[in-house]
Amino acid sequence: MTVTELLSYEAALAEYDPVMGLEVHVELGTKTKMFCGCSTELGAEPNSQTCPTCLGLPGSLPVVNAIGVESAIKIGLALHCEIAEWCRFARKNYFYPDMPKNFQTSQYDEPIAFNGYLDVQLEDGEVFRVEIERAHMEEDTGKSLHVGGATGRIHGASHSLLDYNRAGIPLIEIVTKPIEGAGERAPEVAKAYVAELRELIRALDVSEARMDKGQMRCDVNLSLRPHGTKTFGTRSETKNVNSLRSVERAARFEIQRHAAVLSSGGTIVQETRHFHEEDGSTTSGRIKDNAEDYRYFPEPDLVPVAPARAWVEELRGTLPELPRVRRNRLREEWGVSEHDMQSILNAGAVDAIVATIEAGADAASARKWWMGELARSANEQGVSLEELAITPADVARVSALVAAGDLNDKLARQVIEGVLAGEGTPDQVVEKRGLKVVSDEGALGTAVEEAIAANAAIADKIRGGKVAAVGALVGAVMKATRGQADAARVKDLILEKLGVSEG
Amino acid sequence: MTDNIIKLTAAKIAGKIAAGELTAVEVTEAHLARIEAVDEKVHAFLHVDREGALAQARAVDEKRARGEKLGPLAGVPLALKDIFTTAGMPTTVGSKMLEGWIPPYDATLVKNLKAADVVILGKTNMDEFAMGSSTENSAYGPTGNPWDLTRIPGGSGGGSSAALAAYEAPLAIGTDTGGSIRQPAAVTGTVGVKPTYGGVSRYGMVAFSSSLDQGGPCARTVLDAALLHEAIAGHDPLDSTSIDAPVPPVVEAARNGSVAGMRVGVVKQFRGEGYQAGVVQRFDESVELLKSLGAEIVELDCPTFDLALSAYYLIAPSECSSNLARFDAMRYGLRVGDDGTRSAEDVTALTREAGFGDEVKRRIILGTYALSSGYYDAYYGSAQKVRTLITREFEKAFEEVDVIVSPTTPTTAFPIGERADDPMAMYLADLCTIPTNLAGNAAMSLPCGLAPEDGLPVGLQIIAPAMKDDRLYKVGAAVEAAFVEKWGHPLLEEAPSL
Repeated sequence: MTVTELLSYEAALAEYDPVMGLEVHVELGTKTKMFCGCSTELGAEPNSQTCPTCLGLPGSLPVVNAIGVESAIKIGLALHCEIAEWCRFARKNYFYPDMPKNFQTSQYDEPIAFNGYLDVQLEDGEVFRVEIERAHMEEDTGKSLHVGGATGRIHGASHSLLDYNRAGIPLIEIVTKPIEGAGERAPEVAKAYVAELRELIRALDVSEARMDKGQMRCDVNLSLRPHGTKTFGTRSETKNVNSLRSVERAARFEIQRHAAVLSSGGTIVQETRHFHEEDGSTTSGRIKDNAEDYRYFPEPDLVPVAPARAWVEELRGTLPELPRVRRNRLREEWGVSEHDMQSILNAGAVDAIVATIEAGADAASARKWWMGELARSANEQGVSLEELAITPADVARVSALVAAGDLNDKLARQVIEGVLAGEGTPDQVVEKRGLKVVSDEGALGTAVEEAIAANAAIADKIRGGKVAAVGALVGAVMKATRGQADAARVKDLILEKLGVSEG
Repeated sequence: MTDNIIKLTAAKIAGKIAAGELTAVEVTEAHLARIEAVDEKVHAFLHVDREGALAQARAVDEKRARGEKLGPLAGVPLALKDIFTTAGMPTTVGSKMLEGWIPPYDATLVKNLKAADVVILGKTNMDEFAMGSSTENSAYGPTGNPWDLTRIPGGSGGGSSAALAAYEAPLAIGTDTGGSIRQPAAVTGTVGVKPTYGGVSRYGMVAFSSSLDQGGPCARTVLDAALLHEAIAGHDPLDSTSIDAPVPPVVEAARNGSVAGMRVGVVKQFRGEGYQAGVVQRFDESVELLKSLGAEIVELDCPTFDLALSAYYLIAPSECSSNLARFDAMRYGLRVGDDGTRSAEDVTALTREAGFGDEVKRRIILGTYALSSGYYDAYYGSAQKVRTLITREFEKAFEEVDVIVSPTTPTTAFPIGERADDPMAMYLADLCTIPTNLAGNAAMSLPCGLAPEDGLPVGLQIIAPAMKDDRLYKVGAAVEAAFVEKWGHPLLEEAPSL
């Protein structure tokens, strides 16, 4: 293999302005395929999840999956798109052995959603708006396994195995408009966009969007133009870039490669390129001249999709808080820095922390456990935080025990270790291992009295019936006890002292 | 005895089985014996399922013995066009490409037939992938017209029409993309109906042109066709283009034939050059007959119908080029040249070269060209516009009239081989039938006499608006009764015995 000439990143950006287009395919998490009733479960015996329709047997016909359409509309709405009042599927005709009908049923010039945008936040907090061209529905192909060759590609293989379990799984393709003006931050914008989109898809609960499982795949289209010019340069299309980091690296590599070609007087060939995880490089795939002709025409076996406006509005009403908005809200509620929030995000700990706080823990301790002890444990086991044998309620209980002074940090870590080892609930582990420390009600009582004395006005309000104000006093006591007290117990003690009962 | 059974109508057979005068096994055996006796000459069948048919017949007799209620066609034998998938029974679509393929599933229409206890005798011959008007394009040899075995039985459903005319079955199933039910019915002196598009499920019907294909009933009488129509029609959730509405009351209409007070349209464009004199003569007599039965005749001018054939030969090949792409030797059917040295692409190419006949290749090439970028608007796009205009012209016409009548096909059965090398001449056979497919409405062909010059059957076409299929049967039954009274017997009795 010849070594690809690269210009340094700084030199490339000094001379050229990158323009990107990102195409993301998302496999929807519907129970059944897009056009038949076969299961979409991953990991089944090859070809066990097939029927006449997804095998393209003669005589078979497609029927549109209503949940697939609903998911597509939700994605469209969350991306601030317009939703088509009437749209059709088309046939994209081309030959490949893992395409059962030798045409892909896809939307072409009538996408279900179009003209939207997604605001993405870069690591320093800057918000960049990525315009969305369209989001459309289509079906996945089968999988080919090329056997006997060195590369796993069809070239040089002795034979190929075909698995049609994936054929017909619903896909949503989300295409951006040309992303201009990102300059040197283009690779970062690409990564942030895909990350944000992934969060969004998960928040909508339409797919797990696991890039490592191929549920979300990204094509990075990139071209350069000299600074100050308007016309786009010739683009390359780097296919199937399958991690966030790779998206950033692929964009960076292509910027440097294009710049090297252009600045030495060469021309960029319009082609698809393969990305290589090992060294972050791309190599030439298939030349794409304009002769490629998919002979699209409206799919005559399906009737048009015409989502009623009332239904679209109903779906709009069910949209969750957008991930970026939610993230900023949580960051403020938890009082953490952008940087720390990013770490929480990267660790996939947001939901666990939220659930732990909902179960009664304070933000600081919830974050401390999930980002410390538990993240380490998940890392060692090679699993995600959700897959750990501990629930947010367990973590909340441990932090309550700590707050109440029943456990200190060291003992708490042992309790967590016990829960992870399957020894039972935190209380059972405490019991079995005999880990409880003696709590000091006397010290707590003193802290309560001090807090009441220092906040006489608030205490009066509470006595006057404004029980909700007790939070401020609890906060004061917690601060005084450095969070080692049991907040619920503190609250009870305060109310008791003030002669007020809740309700 | 056998002779008596095979000449019975489906309605009579069902009645006799229900009354215990005949058993379903007797009826099936009589038809199997007839097939045995004459099909070597006619070649209507590609596959006869003797054991399966007898097993189905026995099940009907057992049902009756148990006192269970039998449906209106229980125990009646049927010849099924080899374009519908049948679990466990070969389905070739008249092509080498699918020789030996046994589908793993039943078409919805087949399920409906089985649910109605109709006995499936076997699969009938057809032009390959339903592309043709003579059944000469079958990869398994032509079918003879029982009126004259040296002539074509029509196409693509020539096997089904010949089976009816040769008394090999009282009922048959056809499919009609441009006339493949009606033109064979016309040239064999039988009855054939193309239901409204979406009236009969296409699930399990191997696609030629998805937006035009429609399965439908074939029989020797209007009432039999209606009974079969009712058995196979209705909404199917597996076919997105299937109409979710009650089946029009076709049987009731067939039992109450009448044209009194009806307005019947005659289209200017359905005559002139290319129409055989005897065909025009019998058609004109049919119009007189309708008048005498109390119908009002209305002259119609539908200029866009002249464009129908051209539009059809862009739309149908375009859809076929995509529908037939799946025959690539990878998953089922024929595979040629897979000797371990060739690439998948080469094996696909060799298989398609060997597996598809000339007409199929011609249409795939035509359709691929018509859909190509740069040509799409001029060809496929324009054809779709013409289709819309034709649909509108029908809608306008049906504001004036209840039904339209025309000759079904411009000529009587032509000799086998006569048009085989002249595709354009062959395409003209569908001149009068194609507009209905483009518009998606319903039409019937029934016998209206023999052409004086050659003594061969002429078909009368009746066209009704979409979802008004019952009007075909109301008018058809009245015309049939008047003709039978005039002739003194059904037309088919004049056919030479085989």
